[in-house]
Amino acid sequence: MFPKPIEKSSAGVRVSYQIILPIALFVWLLPLLAIFLTSIRPSIDINAGNLFGVPSDFLLIENYTAVFKQSKAGLYLWNSIRITVPTVILAVGLSCLTGYALSVYRFKWAIPLFFVFVAGNFVPFQILMVPVRDLSVNTGLYNTITGLVLFHSAFQLGFCTLFMRNFIKALPFELIESARIDGVGEFKIFWYLVLPLVKPAIAALSVLIFTFIWNDFFWATVLLQGDHALPITAGVRSLNGQFVSQWQLVSAASLLAAVPPVVMFFAMQKHFIAGLTLGATKG
Amino acid sequence: MSSTGSAQVADNKSGASPGGQRSWFFRNRIKLAPWLFLLPGLLFFSVYVIAPIFQSIWISFYEWDGLSPKQWVGTANYVELLDDDRFYTSLINNVWWLVLYMLAVPAGLGIALFLNQTVTGIRLYKSLFFFPFVISQVVVGLIFTWFYNPDFGIVGIVWEFFGAKPPAILADEDLVTFGIIAAGLWPQIAYCMILYLTGLNNVSPDQVEAGRLDNAKGWKMLWFIILPQLKPATFIAIVVTVIGALRSFDLIAIMTQGGPYGSSNVLAYYMYETALSEYGFRMGYGSAIATVLFLIMLVYISFFLWRMYQDEKG
Repeated sequence: MFPKPIEKSSAGVRVSYQIILPIALFVWLLPLLAIFLTSIRPSIDINAGNLFGVPSDFLLIENYTAVFKQSKAGLYLWNSIRITVPTVILAVGLSCLTGYALSVYRFKWAIPLFFVFVAGNFVPFQILMVPVRDLSVNTGLYNTITGLVLFHSAFQLGFCTLFMRNFIKALPFELIESARIDGVGEFKIFWYLVLPLVKPAIAALSVLIFTFIWNDFFWATVLLQGDHALPITAGVRSLNGQFVSQWQLVSAASLLAAVPPVVMFFAMQKHFIAGLTLGATKG
Repeated sequence: MSSTGSAQVADNKSGASPGGQRSWFFRNRIKLAPWLFLLPGLLFFSVYVIAPIFQSIWISFYEWDGLSPKQWVGTANYVELLDDDRFYTSLINNVWWLVLYMLAVPAGLGIALFLNQTVTGIRLYKSLFFFPFVISQVVVGLIFTWFYNPDFGIVGIVWEFFGAKPPAILADEDLVTFGIIAAGLWPQIAYCMILYLTGLNNVSPDQVEAGRLDNAKGWKMLWFIILPQLKPATFIAIVVTVIGALRSFDLIAIMTQGGPYGSSNVLAYYMYETALSEYGFRMGYGSAIATVLFLIMLVYISFFLWRMYQDEKG
């Protein structure tokens, strides 16, 4: 293990490590603590310029209810769910198929097509912006949640395919081979043999894509306009304009926007980290 | 239902051609199957990702406001770029992003090394350190905007503590880009940290012990024994950081919208501003900017694909 395990060090080092650890964390998360403190302040504090001191009153429930009452935050959150959940299902589902096709079958297009998916995953959004917006306008999908979901799913397919393909590639191929010899159909092999084995990959991808899409801001700005469809990220920005100088409400709304991905991360931490690293480090 | 089913079976037995068809399909199933599995995904990906790349490059040779008919202008958009100060500002800022964003890699490694211990509660510490990455950049941008506020932000408080007049970072043409990059580094360091923590988990303890026996310590150990084993993590950390730097959009949109006077613009935001904002709907010119950004990214994409190809062969 590197660096040297702390328990083998002298008592002095051990104690100072234990002291430094929480201090480092406090400094690291200072921005978040500040915004949390702001979100429970009364508005007098903010007018008096007391943004980082001790709040003069703790209005946790009052401020957070005010966000829902005075703005469309509830609707924005609901929109975010309506965008994120179908995208996760569609992108992860389709990538099971593409990943399977590109890992199990040895045909000459397997590598080139795989590289197309990988490369597509890295392109800058701006090179897609004008044509995708135009396509959405022409098909009547502009300013609809369906339109945004379709685009997100297609784009995330790049990353999902990269991940799935590498995951399935690492499975023992003999399993599939022997099923074929037994005369099991190709789709049945996929459905009954491979799909149960890729469950961890599905879990990892789902949490990752959930976070990516939940936090998306660019495409929501490009493909949506009205409150009826805006997700919480774009919503927080418009709240920022609406609640001028009512920072306690803006910060409360911001924290609300951050809650679902954070909960997701803590609930599925193992899968989340596996997703971030395995899809990438395992070649 | 059941009667039609049995009728079909009877048909198959008597008629030669459906049976023959089925066996052609059966004989070629290994060849056909991958295409059937690929079909929906590939179709989707082509329509929304592959085709638009070429369409954008195509549009960049036109003058187009998105509504009226397109007008062919040849390379005029690119010629105009060469003379566009705002384009150069964005390009230079992109270089700053690329260079300074790279600090996330060593910083992430530093924190990972700091946290790679087994004291009680360390797991929780690791997750909490990772926190900034999970939060939307919109929120990160808002937080840092308040932070930098000279009147009541923390930066202002620190400056005044030292008796200096606090600078208005986001209103200062020379500082603004660095202020935004610092905000972007916060989640990016967290990302690199998690990559390195996972990498450190896989470092072979035997080699570390062998190194210790050879009297390798501290920096020497890190450089000669640990870092070579962390190579995959470093590679991915660099790739995601480069992409993050070139994709920087959200923070700029939230914190400054490219201002003051376009001094914090980057290509990604400048493109959006030209093509889709109150500054006019210049889709052709915007696409030309996007094409430049794409070509820069293409260098990295090719490098990444080349590395992957080597791995595939080996």
